[in-house]
Amino acid sequence: MNAAAPVATKRSRRPIPWTVIPFAAILTALVLMAIFAPYIAPLDPNAQNLLARLKAPGHEARGAVYWLGSDELGRDVLSRTVYGARVSLLVAFASVILSGVFGSVLGMIAAFYRGWVETIIMRIVDIVLSVPAILLAIITVAVLGPSLYNVVIVLALTRWPRYARVAYGQTLSVANMPYVRLSRFMGAGWLRLLGRHVLPNIAGALIVVATLEFGLMVLFEAGLSFLGLGVQPPTASWGAMLSTGRNYVATAWWIATFPGLALFLLVLSINLIGDHARDRLDPRSR
Amino acid sequence: MTDPVLTVEDLKITIGGKPVVDGVSFQVAQGEILSVVGESGCGKSMTAFSIMGLLPKAARFAAGRVMLGDVDLRALPESGRRKLRGDEIAMIFQEPVASLNPLMKIGRQIEENLAIHRHIDPGEAKRAAIAMLEEVGIPEPELRYGQYPFELSGGMCQRAMIAMALICRPKLLIADEPTTALDVTIQAQILELMKRLREETGTAILLITHDMGVVADMADRVAVMYAGRVIEEAPVGNIFAGQEHPYTRLLLSTIPRLDGAPKTILPTIEGTVPDIGQWPVGCRFNPRCPLSDSHCVESQPPLTPRADSGNAACWHSDRVGAIL
Repeated sequence: MNAAAPVATKRSRRPIPWTVIPFAAILTALVLMAIFAPYIAPLDPNAQNLLARLKAPGHEARGAVYWLGSDELGRDVLSRTVYGARVSLLVAFASVILSGVFGSVLGMIAAFYRGWVETIIMRIVDIVLSVPAILLAIITVAVLGPSLYNVVIVLALTRWPRYARVAYGQTLSVANMPYVRLSRFMGAGWLRLLGRHVLPNIAGALIVVATLEFGLMVLFEAGLSFLGLGVQPPTASWGAMLSTGRNYVATAWWIATFPGLALFLLVLSINLIGDHARDRLDPRSR
Repeated sequence: MTDPVLTVEDLKITIGGKPVVDGVSFQVAQGEILSVVGESGCGKSMTAFSIMGLLPKAARFAAGRVMLGDVDLRALPESGRRKLRGDEIAMIFQEPVASLNPLMKIGRQIEENLAIHRHIDPGEAKRAAIAMLEEVGIPEPELRYGQYPFELSGGMCQRAMIAMALICRPKLLIADEPTTALDVTIQAQILELMKRLREETGTAILLITHDMGVVADMADRVAVMYAGRVIEEAPVGNIFAGQEHPYTRLLLSTIPRLDGAPKTILPTIEGTVPDIGQWPVGCRFNPRCPLSDSHCVESQPPLTPRADSGNAACWHSDRVGAIL
């Protein structure tokens, strides 16, 4: 490490492997689709046309083309799939942010203060991790009623321990680093220590957890909606579409296939990007 | 000697009820370098941590006083002690590279101390940080200001850490083996830098080390610790000229000499430092001491004045010169 070494070459950028690029493109496309859904969807996702029920892809009725067919109420599957991306991404994003922030803060505090604070927080983590998520979801929905927000709450309530565990473990090791000690010896308070010295150094691991959780959250939302515990009709959700599509799978395969395909592509691309992020950010796999 | 910057009186620290520091007293005057030497595990670092008011969780401050000027640090609430840390007392460690946050630019880390203790605007803080980098002898301070620790060598990281420690002009700098991880050339530069800064700022330095070469080069006074106690303490010239505690004498005899006969076995002190809580009764050095007799096994010698100046804790201080 020669101090006079050329500074221009600092932080060489490793190229993104070719396997990740197409999936990054798919993810970007799906996110854009969700944001600009009203401009992309050819038809109103909730407009029914009972004369055009269960029509195969390419069906034309009243001047409208059902490119991906129509469902049991004559709604456009393409438009509903486009709008369904909104629900999936919104729920996943909101629940990852909520549970990530909550879990990370608690994990950091537990590792930083040790003692009884640590015992209480980490035992709660153990308890929450041992409660079946579906059971908790049913209870929460029974109490609060099914809705988009309650899905987010359920997911945040069940998923924060993952972040807490990772933040806890990482903070334990980082808090013993000499630079954290030095900063404490310089008179830094706990907020500065955690915010300026600990958090940036454990953020990599937390981002990896968050990306992998993001894919799971998409699946969980679909699962809850499939069970009728999630987003309520007529709002388009991939999980709910899969659920109704299941009844018609023999006669109208397109109702379940296209939202399923979208779900598959979204989760696959998120997971591949998450794996790539782990290769880059997680100190253990370096 | 001016008024002491730091006074440690009868300091006792325990871990799990067992003493690790047992009745340590010393003073450091303004601009003075006091070197605390001793083998690993003799309580040097614990003493330093207790001065900072940041003992490890398991350790307890059992008794004694730590005075910064005329402020009793133990009487202050934690918030008050935190204000002094980094401002009036600063500390540097032996792992210069690991002591800097890898994700923070050097300049930001130096400014952080100002951000904690001084309310000055960012532009002024940046000027102060760059001036400080220059003061500790880092070339191209503007460039280094914006670099990350991995872009600096170990010696430069140590300079940066010294810059962090000194930017608030502390009255006391505690240096815990600051040159252990550095090669000898850099070590000499860092020691030279610390001496120069001491001259310029009048900062008192408590230098913790086990390197007698560093002591000879740097210290004004030396306190030798063994098993949680100061066993001999005197001005540096006197310590090297004549010892009144066998441990000090043996410790000095272990330094290899350039003019010594080649291919001789390096001298060592027989035995090891006793474990915490298993200190022998009487003089704690008696199991390893060539002068030990029944009196040493029975009772612990107090610190008594040496023939020249300073103090030593040995029943047979008059016979120490005859060892070896």
